[in-house]
Amino acid sequence: MRNLLRFFTKNSFIFLFLFLEFIAFWMLVANNRYQNSKVLNSSNYLVGNLYSTVNSVNDYFHLKAQNKDLAQQNAQLQSSSITSFVKVFGTNVTINDTVHRQKFVYTSAKVINNTVNKRENYLTLDKGALNGIEAGMSVISPNGVVGIVKNVSENFSSVMSVLHQKFKLSAKIKKSGYYGSLQWDGSNYRQAQLKDIPSHVKMDIGDTVVTSGFSLLFPEQVKVGLIKDFDLKEGSNFYDIDIEFIEDYKNLHHVFVVRSLLKEELEDLENESEVLE
Amino acid sequence: MIRDIITYSFYFLVLVLLQGLLLNNVALFDVAVPYIYVLFVLMLPFETPNWLVLLLAFVLGLTVDVFISTLGMHISASVFMAFGRSYLLKLIQPRGGYEFGVNPSFSDMGISWYAIYAGILVLFHHLFLFYIESFKFSQFFSTFGRAFASTLFTMFVIVVFQLLIGKSQVKR
Repeated sequence: MRNLLRFFTKNSFIFLFLFLEFIAFWMLVANNRYQNSKVLNSSNYLVGNLYSTVNSVNDYFHLKAQNKDLAQQNAQLQSSSITSFVKVFGTNVTINDTVHRQKFVYTSAKVINNTVNKRENYLTLDKGALNGIEAGMSVISPNGVVGIVKNVSENFSSVMSVLHQKFKLSAKIKKSGYYGSLQWDGSNYRQAQLKDIPSHVKMDIGDTVVTSGFSLLFPEQVKVGLIKDFDLKEGSNFYDIDIEFIEDYKNLHHVFVVRSLLKEELEDLENESEVLE
Repeated sequence: MIRDIITYSFYFLVLVLLQGLLLNNVALFDVAVPYIYVLFVLMLPFETPNWLVLLLAFVLGLTVDVFISTLGMHISASVFMAFGRSYLLKLIQPRGGYEFGVNPSFSDMGISWYAIYAGILVLFHHLFLFYIESFKFSQFFSTFGRAFASTLFTMFVIVVFQLLIGKSQVKR
């Protein structure tokens, strides 16, 4: 007995080491098995609070950027409230008792997934059918056109980006009002091509290109880009125009999904006229 | 004595917070992560009883583990390191033993002594930690590489930290 005690006291250091290591490994194994071990929870309460304090400090560093975002969205809302109403004229027939009739309804959404480096790019938004989003709606951002909703699930929607080779947009030069078709060639995500602008139109580098509003999918006068370069090939009647997007699609966070209230009416009317021909 | 306790508690707090809030998010080239908290074990005075070093290493590892939610991993590694420390100190003891009042820092003991002392212990700690973390030998060499790269990084951070607090000690 005495020898045993002496053995322990002599090697107490090693035993303490083994004991502590045993506890450590026991914790390691037990904790892997039961994720919600009591020790981890109660102590993580403290650390969790610490982390959230650090986070709230971190938030201050992003205030400037967030302010800018909010200001941009405000401007967007203000401008959309003017351009998204169409005047109902004709004094004989009063359809509504209001002077203006709403043409577009905006829903804000957050981009939760986004690519720009493929040839066919899609985005995912955090709103879906439950929020009233349907396939075929258009998506815009404070600085430009984003795309068209392709698929909708209950809580998410998938958007075909402007940066998609099959995406075509009717766009016009804001200054002169001539319209053409805008398409992305799949190379540089900051640039796209505007075609079908006739050769007699005058334009300058830096002119703004906006949506034409013909399709009624997109509201009119949504900014798209700036003319970066234009070129008239010999013997051609149309310009080759390079435009630079105003929106940086790599840095897209908040967007607006646009429901067009008059789209079906217009489509029906156009179909009818085509049938009559 | 009391002053020592306060000073070392302060170092403990600073190192753990530095590790938990800042350095855990640093990964140089996606491989090297600095674990500067081990400096606390390295800087304990020579006179500290061995059992106390072990217990302090245990508490240190526990605190760091709670931060990273890897309960047990850093405890085992730092206790292992504290265990190795007592033997290494005997092994590289200068002739005549350690003087009283001298601390294991490179300003007191010289660069070559400190490089051996800290280098070996940090490497031990990191190897132990990284192998526990991967828990298999199939990635033997990549784990070794990560441990070695992290050791270099940790040593660098330790030297910087010691230079910073070294200045304040001179002022005192």
